[in-house]
Amino acid sequence: MIELKNIHKVFNKGEANEVTALHDLSLTIQKGEFAVVIGSNGSGKTTLLNIISGAELCSSGQVLINTTDVTRYREYRRSKWIARVFQNPLSGTAPNLSILDNFRLAALRTTSKKLSIGINDTFKKQVREKIASLGMGLENKIEQPMGTLSGGQRQALTLLMSVMDNTEILLLDEPTAALDPKSSAVVMQIADTLVKQYNLTAVLITHNLKDAHQYGTRLIQMGEGKITRDLNTTEKTKLQLPEMFAWFA
Amino acid sequence: MEFYITAIMLGLCLSSMSLGIFISMKIFNIPDITTDGSYTLGAVLTAILLTAHWPAFAIIPLVMAAGAVAGSLTALIHTRLKIDALLAGILVMTGLYSINLIVLGRSNVPLINVSTIFSYFHLFTNQTYSDALVAILFIALIASLVTYLLKTDFGIAMRATGDSPSMTRSLGVNTNTMKIIGLAIANSLTALSGYLVAQYQNFTDINMGIGIVITGLGSVLIGDALISWLKIRTIGWQLLVILCGSVIFQLVLAVTLSVGVDPNLLKLVTAIFVLLIVSIPRLKLNLRQ
Repeated sequence: MIELKNIHKVFNKGEANEVTALHDLSLTIQKGEFAVVIGSNGSGKTTLLNIISGAELCSSGQVLINTTDVTRYREYRRSKWIARVFQNPLSGTAPNLSILDNFRLAALRTTSKKLSIGINDTFKKQVREKIASLGMGLENKIEQPMGTLSGGQRQALTLLMSVMDNTEILLLDEPTAALDPKSSAVVMQIADTLVKQYNLTAVLITHNLKDAHQYGTRLIQMGEGKITRDLNTTEKTKLQLPEMFAWFA
Repeated sequence: MEFYITAIMLGLCLSSMSLGIFISMKIFNIPDITTDGSYTLGAVLTAILLTAHWPAFAIIPLVMAAGAVAGSLTALIHTRLKIDALLAGILVMTGLYSINLIVLGRSNVPLINVSTIFSYFHLFTNQTYSDALVAILFIALIASLVTYLLKTDFGIAMRATGDSPSMTRSLGVNTNTMKIIGLAIANSLTALSGYLVAQYQNFTDINMGIGIVITGLGSVLIGDALISWLKIRTIGWQLLVILCGSVIFQLVLAVTLSVGVDPNLLKLVTAIFVLLIVSIPRLKLNLRQ
């Protein structure tokens, strides 16, 4: 469960270019909920996600994960609960490391990285099986550097990496923005499957209204650092796509 | 022949530094100039402790710890005060010059009539070969340890830190701490080169570190060119090639001197040589476009 209480986020405070990205925002996302966040550029979506992940700390307010106050926790300390997929496929993976190394690190997200060699045959087999489930034929390329793969393949693997270790919360920041329509569909399918399979609490930011309509159990629209619409599962199911388009007209 | 063996020996002694620069530059993507200072620091401590009749092996942990402190200092200035890594390195290097001078007491200390790591062993009738074997075994040990380190889970986190900081942080790694540890390791390896070279050439000079970072960079660049040319992916082999890069670098310098280049021009030749290594791939690229 994610709880945000009266979050303010101000950038460049006291300077001429001061921006209030989030304005007294409160939001509770229950365990197992898949919240989709939409909104025009500059509405504060990405800042919201960064506040949850700890990449940015809020100016005032409180962030709780499962009743633990994590407001001052930096990103690497919140990784105990949170896995993240970035907009840029390059940000979520290490290009010069092999697929196997990337997965090894992901498998240790919530624990310490010890001075012992953790990649053995059992681990390799486990990674191969996981990757085979994608049906992309990448299971025989695990020794290859991640950078040799396409953006879609890398995003798919990043998603898979997010469930290598105990995950409660999955943050998806426009994961398909850099992908072609076909890869986008594949990546969204994988994300949806994983969220259901592992009963994850997920937050997806997207500009694709069709995706926002199709996926998720809750729909949140943001504008000027505030939540302007918040639809629960019943309301979201009833919602028609043209109606959503009208919100942005 | 003797001439080339000297070059190879120097290359071997300096290859520990090349490993250090490989870690800071290639793994962490940090241009670390602390090298000049930590290399001399290693040599200075070696001279002082050897003349105080410490056994050569007992000095090793101290030399490594001193290098590690120098490296962590640069990393701390870089990460905590958010100062550019290049500037942080220059600051620490400059400060170290005075510290080295104070510790050494004068600008040059000869190491004659002291037992060095090389003089312990008389494995062949020709001492040159014995020295070479000692250097090879020493470097092999260091390289194996670094290889092991980089293969561990901790090592993967180290390698990921320079490669994709955002991903590394989201996977629960404090990248700032990682940089501090990384530069500490890099500079303790550099200090070890100072330790070896001082004993090999039988003196420590306060100025021996000036421009040494260029030698290290050149060695790593030669190694790196070979790595991408031969498409080497295993970390152990990559380190081995970096070691070779260090020896090749010294051999090229030796050849340059042997064809009659004025030794006063050595630093200039070194700089031009490194410039060539860096620019050749780019020149080729330009031609193709």
